[in-house]
Order: sequence, then C-alpha cells, then structure tokens
Amino acid sequence: MATIDVNGKNYETDEEGYLLNLGEWNEEVGAYLAVEEKVEMTPSHWEVVNFLREYYNDYQIAPAIRVLTKAIGKKLGPEKGNSKYLYELFPYGPAKQACKIAGLPKPTGCI
Amino acid sequence: MLHIVNKSPFENQTLDSCLRVVGNVQGAALLLTEDAVFAATKGSIIEGKIKTAMSTIKVYALWPDVEARGMQDRVIEGIKMVDYGGFVDLVAEHSNCQSWL
Amino acid sequence: MGEEMTEATGGIDFEDEDASGVIKKFMFVNRKAPYGTIYALEALEVVLISAAFDQDVSLAFLDDGVYQLVKGQHTKAIDVKNFSPTYRALEGYDIEKLYVEKESLEQRGLTEADLLVDVEVMSSADIAKMMAEQDVVISF
Repeated sequence: MATIDVNGKNYETDEEGYLLNLGEWNEEVGAYLAVEEKVEMTPSHWEVVNFLREYYNDYQIAPAIRVLTKAIGKKLGPEKGNSKYLYELFPYGPAKQACKIAGLPKPTGCI
Repeated sequence: MLHIVNKSPFENQTLDSCLRVVGNVQGAALLLTEDAVFAATKGSIIEGKIKTAMSTIKVYALWPDVEARGMQDRVIEGIKMVDYGGFVDLVAEHSNCQSWL
Repeated sequence: MGEEMTEATGGIDFEDEDASGVIKKFMFVNRKAPYGTIYALEALEVVLISAAFDQDVSLAFLDDGVYQLVKGQHTKAIDVKNFSPTYRALEGYDIEKLYVEKESLEQRGLTEADLLVDVEVMSSADIAKMMAEQDVVISF
C-alpha cells in the first residue's frame, strides 16, 4: 500500500497507484493522478474521466476497453467511440490511465 | 451429459435440484461422490427418488467413498460402482459435465 | 480484436488463436445466493473476463442463484460491495443470454418482475437441454 499527498491530504493507493477508496476522489486528486501519468488534462480528457465515473456508479465495475469504446460511442458519438481517439488522449491505455485518474480500480477483464 | 453430486441428500437439496433438472433426461448420467453416496443406499427415504431416476438416467457411485463410509453392503442394485479410473472415464466419455456444488 | 484487445489482455496478442475461429459454447451455472458465500461474485468476475475471448457465453440461474438477480439489494450495512448492478453491465459486454429456471423462481415466491435484468425464464427441462448443448459448463 502507498499514499499520495494532494493539497496536504493523504489518500491511500494500491501498489500500482490506483486510489483505494474511490469515495475520496475529487477533481484535485484526479488532476494529481493525471500529472503522475504524464497526461495533460483537457476538457476531452475530463469528458472520458467523468464518463468512466458515471459508468462505475451505474455498474460498479470499470469497463473493459472494448466495452468502454462502445459505450462512449453510444453516448458521445462515433468520432469519440473508437480506440484511436481514446489512445490519443491516454497513450498508455485508456483503461489503465483514465481509470486511474478517475479514481476507479483496475478494469475487470484486464488479465 | 454427466452430472456430479457430492452432498448428502439428508442435509442438502443438491441432489433434488439435479434430479429436478435432469432426472428424466434420456442419456444423462449421475455420479454420486463423497457424502452423496448415502443417496445410493437401500432403505433410506431417498431410495425411491433414486430408483425413479434410474429408470431414465444412469446412476454411478464412487466406490472408494462408498467403502470409506461402510456403505458397501447397502448399495441399491443397479447403481454402478466406479473407482477413480472409472470416474475419469465417465468424464472423458461424456461431452460435458456439471458439478452440482 | 487486434489493437483494442491488446490492453484488455495484458498486452498478449490473441489474434493467432482467434484466426482458428473456434467459438465454443460456455455456460456458467449459478446456484448460490450472493453475499453468504463468494461463489456469486467469483462467477461474475469470471464471466466478465470470459467476454474478452469472444466466445458464446450464457449464464444459467438455478436454486438460490436466482437471488443474485433480485432487485433492491442494499449491502451498505453489511459492509460488502453490492455487485448486483454489474449484471446490468453484461449486455454491454455482449453477454445477453441469461436463463433463469422457472421452478427455482416459483419455489422462492419470485417472478420475472422481481429481477433487475432481462432474462429468459425457462423450465427445468429446457435448462437441461441448454446445458447439454454446451461445450463447457462451469459450475458455481
């Protein structure tokens, strides 16, 4: 287990840097995790992060990448619902990076 | 298809569930193992249920488990005994298998 | 598959295996209530992972397994994760074959309307038929 310090407050993470308690997440924590992932957040990035949080809230899991692209396509349009778009935003993998920034656990189906 | 039950019929409904679903399916086979071998014995209140099933499906019991529990002289006629090798053969000769955990 | 799957499969490229094009029928048989034992949650996790392999996956709910799908689960007070909403995510994973045994529902005083996902309610005999058709049956 590890902790990160954001604005003087400690947050527990697992050994891979995923937030342990997603209830503690806020935008500052998200921004901090984004810096750690070397992702420069734009409104497009936040859109995906917020989508993931909503998905998690609805289904209690982080979606597999294939499921994420399909669901984003449905909600935000086909120009965003493809892996090329998502990988441009999160070059090291939307499932890994965007989920981490969103404060979600590692996606199920990630073997 | 092979079905495996390993729970005593006197404290668990697993055997009932299995027979409800496949008790009258032609070509199905049932293997009783561990505490489920008590279902293979004569004179119990389960006997009738097993005999009814035996008119349609094949019923086997795992001999090492029967013997371990001292039930060797009480086995219902027509239930075939298999050893561990026979267990493997049953699994291999059926297309698939469901364990009623 | 291809690029999309690379991450979901931990960087392993399954394309070669896929080229063989063999799609098998997998049925996951759920017979335990949630929370009392770990079976239901474990089954759900395996089902979600199985979706990555593009196989013909179905789920059967029998006996106390039907309680997994009941609406209105609130687990906060027992401090256990409520995983019932995840069954509604299965559709997005292209897992749409959910079979529920009618007799099990009836024995428990439940009807299809009590369940939180769309399912196909079928008789014991039809469940047996479905089960026999599978290449692989995985029991929980």
